[in-house]
Amino acid sequence: MSAFAVDRRSFLRAGAGAIGGLLIGCYLPERRKLSANTATAGNKLNAWVLVGNDDTVTLFIHKAEMGQGTVTSLSMLLAEELECDWSKIRTEFPGVDRAYGNFQGVVGSASIRSSYVSLRQAGAQAREMLIAAAADRWGVDRSACRAENSTVINTATSDTLSYGSLAAAAAKLPVPADVALKDPSQFRIVGKARKRLDTPGKVDGSITFGIDVRLPNMVYAVVERCPVFGGSVASFDDSKTKATPGVKSVVKISNGVAVIADSTWAAMEGRRKLTIQWDEGKVAANSTPDIMKSFADAAAAGGPAVRSVGDAASALASASKKIEAVYQTPYLAHAPMEPMNCTAWVRADSADVWAPTQMQSPARQIAAQKCGLPQEKVQVHTEYMGGGFGRRGAVDYIGEAVEVAKSLDVPVKVTWSREDDMQHDMYRPASYCRFAGAVDADGWPVAWTASIACTAFGGGASTSTEGVRDNPYTIPNFAVDYHNVDPGIPVSYWRSVGYSQNCFFGESFLDEMAHAGGKDPVEVRRRFLAKNPRLLAALELAAAKADWGKPLPAGHGRGVSVVNNIGSNTVQIAEVSVQKGKVKVDRVVCAVDCGAVVNPAIVAQQIASGIAFGLSALKSGVTIKNGRVEQSNFHQYDVVRMDEMPKVEVHIVPSQAAPGGIGEAATPGIAPAVCNAIFAATGKRVRQLPIRPEDLG
Amino acid sequence: MAVVKFTLNGKGQTLDAVPAMPLLWILRDTLGMTGTKFGCGMSLCGACTVHIDGQPVRSCVTPISAVAGKKVTTIEGLSPDRTHPIQKAWIEMDVPQCGYCQSGQIMTAAALLAKTANPTDADIDEAMRNNICRCGTYEDMRRAMHRAAEIKRAGGAQ
Repeated sequence: MSAFAVDRRSFLRAGAGAIGGLLIGCYLPERRKLSANTATAGNKLNAWVLVGNDDTVTLFIHKAEMGQGTVTSLSMLLAEELECDWSKIRTEFPGVDRAYGNFQGVVGSASIRSSYVSLRQAGAQAREMLIAAAADRWGVDRSACRAENSTVINTATSDTLSYGSLAAAAAKLPVPADVALKDPSQFRIVGKARKRLDTPGKVDGSITFGIDVRLPNMVYAVVERCPVFGGSVASFDDSKTKATPGVKSVVKISNGVAVIADSTWAAMEGRRKLTIQWDEGKVAANSTPDIMKSFADAAAAGGPAVRSVGDAASALASASKKIEAVYQTPYLAHAPMEPMNCTAWVRADSADVWAPTQMQSPARQIAAQKCGLPQEKVQVHTEYMGGGFGRRGAVDYIGEAVEVAKSLDVPVKVTWSREDDMQHDMYRPASYCRFAGAVDADGWPVAWTASIACTAFGGGASTSTEGVRDNPYTIPNFAVDYHNVDPGIPVSYWRSVGYSQNCFFGESFLDEMAHAGGKDPVEVRRRFLAKNPRLLAALELAAAKADWGKPLPAGHGRGVSVVNNIGSNTVQIAEVSVQKGKVKVDRVVCAVDCGAVVNPAIVAQQIASGIAFGLSALKSGVTIKNGRVEQSNFHQYDVVRMDEMPKVEVHIVPSQAAPGGIGEAATPGIAPAVCNAIFAATGKRVRQLPIRPEDLG
Repeated sequence: MAVVKFTLNGKGQTLDAVPAMPLLWILRDTLGMTGTKFGCGMSLCGACTVHIDGQPVRSCVTPISAVAGKKVTTIEGLSPDRTHPIQKAWIEMDVPQCGYCQSGQIMTAAALLAKTANPTDADIDEAMRNNICRCGTYEDMRRAMHRAAEIKRAGGAQ
């Protein structure tokens, strides 16, 4: 027996122990019960696949689901090689485990990219073990057997054995090290539109999101946090809170005061009666106008380039026609429909957290750190997320819930109100960009410079300038400088990250340069994408499908954008009508080359989804006054609604290139496509979001 | 505290509650029926939509005292087995993404379909524009709404 097999066994023992040790398993929803059943827990063929004696196939999805289709797409990769009956598949989210690598989480639209080969291998390994078990039982060579639809077939005799009847024996066999994977031409599942596995539970209210977790003896909590970022509690009076019906206790934690009660509502009622004196700290001096001015000042100061091609300064100085423009975007909240929440239960020697999180590994890390336990004593239960969009890439709300739980000996669910969620987010950074550009005597862009100022996060200058710095065009003279200014407003990843604001800046300004030179915006892009065949093909496809160049009625216009992010290429052409100072986006054509596609139906969903998310950035922004967020709920932070959603036509470029991401592919391109279309319709250039009526004439 | 009697998904319900407590939190925290979602608490997003005497109502701003003697239907009671035409159409069109707003969307859509057998796009806009979806499933919902009307006309359940 190989060392590899021994390793797998030790993993299985650890896994079964963790499950068996979790005594509350019996209270949890149906989807957890299968692996909690020790009769089938031994049938685990590897970290991803468990075949029940009853032929059910449980796939352990080590990523997380926030709507992007990961549960379905990863199941398709596993099932492609496992040759199982699709109708017998169930899925579970496992805990954090080294078997799934050093990091578990969903960021950067990377789930397919990081699983495309490994999960097919896992499926193939499990299939080979089932075939080997059948061959042993028949006493034939495994080459005489093949697998199909959850059965192994003896090709000589046509006898069959079900996966369920083989699972226990298969689980005792060594895991084969080398398995051949199908050629893509043989795929039966991958690349074909397939219904989402999570749909039925989402149409009858039965699927459990993080906020729906219920445990025996569980109590409910809300936290009052300092309205000013970075502030802290100076003193508080909880006498009226404690007199509120249903309130059980009040506890000060590191970032505020928690009210614990017998219902979420009672906790909210009790919280309203708290009197807190805050030490507001220095961010209380900061408001949006000053913040934007500090960005403008920083950008005007100049500095070393983060990327430079040719000699932009000289080319600008000597050009026949120059243009300059300033673009700005505000802070943006993520506002997923499920507000932040986390349920935690901390005991002396162990802890559990139930979290709707994009970040299982960091969730365990923060929970362990907050309770002073080793990470292996903390179990993270990944819950379905009611949207994430990057907000649930932060783990602040998990650490906070653990802090509250430390004051209790029972589980506690900490729920954020919408106001908490909107005013204590980690926002898309407000950003400022000053451009200069020049066209040559023939009208083609010849020089382009950008100065970008915003608060750095993630990859710093790289993240803060992505979308402009790494634009795909071969403009001969190009330079970008970047200025980090930190006014103390927390910023983080917002669906498509730096691309979301920077592609608005860059793709709009490229349009300005095209018009300055009297050129068609598609023609300019075509010229400077000549060495990028994938983007060029997507551009031609989008232009053809969108009838680019075909006249439109007065007040209507088309705008184009080109984006390369997360390993994918998208070209969008938006068609808008502007009447009485109001914009209506009538139609969006999106050509996407995201390499090999796992589920084209989910690709189309995610393109429409990314567009809807990006469109909301045209409507609303977060503003800061005295260190506080001025918006509190959807009446002040409006988002795209049913009657504003354009018809989205998705055209996938067939490709067997390595898969790209899709969840964030379409978000950056919609704002510039729409604003370029507004220019085409009205001659008005939108350089600041959200769009104000005065921007339209 | 006061005793409130009402009908919940066809069954009599009696409970002792603070009269001002919203129906949403009675459903979710007191009764453990978590299909109805909390989204905004101010009747701004529609995630908490239920039917009271057949009308779509925001349970987050409906005090339990206002429910006395009424018939409440939640997503759990729309059909026993996902066979309401709206549910059938939503499954057929694979509408949900994250799914969090969908209970409220479906309850709003079901109320529209109950009073308008063949809703136009304008009817759909009017009925559904106050139900927010951050994943952008709007066009899929619109298609599914039309499909649900077809299913209902063809004699689907209810």
